Amino acid sequence: MKKLVAAITTILVFCGLLAFTSDRLAKSQVKSQSNTLTLYNWGDYIDPALLKKFQKETGYHVSVETFDSNEAMYTKIKQGGTSYDLAVPSDYMIQKMKAAHLLVPLDKSKLHGMNNISPQFRNLEFDRHNQYSVPYFWGTLGIIYNDKTVKASQVQHWKQLWNPRFKDSIMLVDSARDVMGFALIRDGDSVNTKNIKQLNAAKKRLDSLTPNVKAIVADEIKMYMIENEAPIAVDWSGEASEMLSQNSHLHYVVPSEGSNLWFDNLVIPKTAKHYKAIYAFLNFMLKPENAAQNAEYVGYATPNEQAKALLPASVRNDKQFYPDAETMKHLQIYNNLSPELIGTYNELYLEFKMYRN
Amino acid sequence: MKRKQVLFEMPYFFWLAFFVIAPILLIAYQSFFNIRGQFTLGNYATYFTSATYLRMTLNSVWYAFLITLFTLLISYPTAYFLHYTKHKQLWLLLIILPTWINLLLKAYAFIGIFSQDGSVNQFLTFIGIGPQQILFTDASFLFVATYIQIPFMILPIFNAIEDLQPSYINASRDLGANNWQTFTRIIFPMTMSGVKAGVQAVFIPSLSLFMLTRLIGGNRVITLGTAIEEHFLVTMNWGMGSTIGVVLIIAMFIIMSLTGEHKKKGRKHND
Repeated sequence: MKKLVAAITTILVFCGLLAFTSDRLAKSQVKSQSNTLTLYNWGDYIDPALLKKFQKETGYHVSVETFDSNEAMYTKIKQGGTSYDLAVPSDYMIQKMKAAHLLVPLDKSKLHGMNNISPQFRNLEFDRHNQYSVPYFWGTLGIIYNDKTVKASQVQHWKQLWNPRFKDSIMLVDSARDVMGFALIRDGDSVNTKNIKQLNAAKKRLDSLTPNVKAIVADEIKMYMIENEAPIAVDWSGEASEMLSQNSHLHYVVPSEGSNLWFDNLVIPKTAKHYKAIYAFLNFMLKPENAAQNAEYVGYATPNEQAKALLPASVRNDKQFYPDAETMKHLQIYNNLSPELIGTYNELYLEFKMYRN
Repeated sequence: MKRKQVLFEMPYFFWLAFFVIAPILLIAYQSFFNIRGQFTLGNYATYFTSATYLRMTLNSVWYAFLITLFTLLISYPTAYFLHYTKHKQLWLLLIILPTWINLLLKAYAFIGIFSQDGSVNQFLTFIGIGPQQILFTDASFLFVATYIQIPFMILPIFNAIEDLQPSYINASRDLGANNWQTFTRIIFPMTMSGVKAGVQAVFIPSLSLFMLTRLIGGNRVITLGTAIEEHFLVTMNWGMGSTIGVVLIIAMFIIMSLTGEHKKKGRKHND
């Protein structure tokens, strides 16, 4: 017993000392709190080299905190506590945060370079005139397939996923709106439908997809696809780009009949404090060379037109991640739905997950 | 003397109040509010009238029952033979050791073992059967869940067997009982307390396993834990999530009273 107590005390003291020194080191790097910008971002969603460059240019230190879902971020910002200066919510979440008065409008006079953003990504429905948000990255939902067992012509459309030959071979991303979404698009309905009949029909169609579904998983899809565990997956473009870079047999398709188009945007939450640093950072990230560097690191599509021009031609002209105008026309953006309707989407999705035949 | 005793009790009291009673009360409180923040009993009505939730409850209970059963079938003989081995403490340590590793790490390790290119499938290919789909099946989910729960079943049973006086066994042999009779009439009933404690420790957490249902079960196995996670993280309907939580807590109390000791004592008094 005495030995145990001694051992535990040693460990605790050691950890305490380490924590103290690391705290000291962090503090000596940052001269004072007012020089720090707190960015609340998705995991691994910014090039760390850019943060260093930013600090060199402007003297502001960026401390990054991460979240893994829009909802988790929403809860944290709503509760306050940490003074986040910038956050990166997706489209529908911006609508929701706006409605909950959690956002601070942008001061356009301090913002330079908004014109670098392609007009098709400005003034969108979720934030008219970009009062609150600066586009950061955009992407799509699509089908990833392995050319060892699946031909490109077999997976150009959502409908083809129902092909009986794909028995037990599809992995779906565990997200109610995305899975319900492609089932809705398959029959030409809107991904934001409020029509219960259409939703029920979509759920029925998903039930009939069950024999083909191998698993419904989250981030692990990447690992599984890279290791050839499944030949087909439905996932987001950014995830796909990472898979493609690690397994040359994988390809990504955005079905031409439509899919989800999503945006992640920089916004200033109510908890913000360091406005000078915030605008310095926004302007820094709007600069084409920085946006291009970030896009190369993260692998998602950049809405910054000037930055896109700086990217290598092989990336710029990649139809998988920068779909042609015809496909772009058919892409749909999620709207923020009422809590009840979100409940319905999720209830139906849960029922689909439970469905066994 | 008395004051000193109160002083010593204080930390325990506060601990229980803040970390056990308060959270339970908060969950119960939350469960009476709908998504718009209005007071309602609707969440319970939804739960008990929705075929989805009831089926999910049945599913959870069924899987938890299977996990407990398999764990018990493996753990009892293990604990029994462990009692007779030479280096008891060493073996026990080896059984406890895996519980020091994070659940998530163990789950990922199993993904590696069970995947298409995993060691199990490599072996199956080697002996000529060819690769099989192991991940995302009921069997793999039950296997991993059982593996994770085994130490929590072995320990109480082992302790109960250790506490058993050898004289009882000797007496039973002297009186002419064979091995089987000794086991079913003496050893098993007298170690029942350990079995009950083990069942409690395994069944209740198994009801709401949710990480494994996704990682190993590929969401083909849906338990109440999945629904709670979804209500708190996706739909943000904390009321409904809490309602399911309350149902689980009640289920826990039912299991505890079914397997608890006090009931047995009560019956003895009646005899």
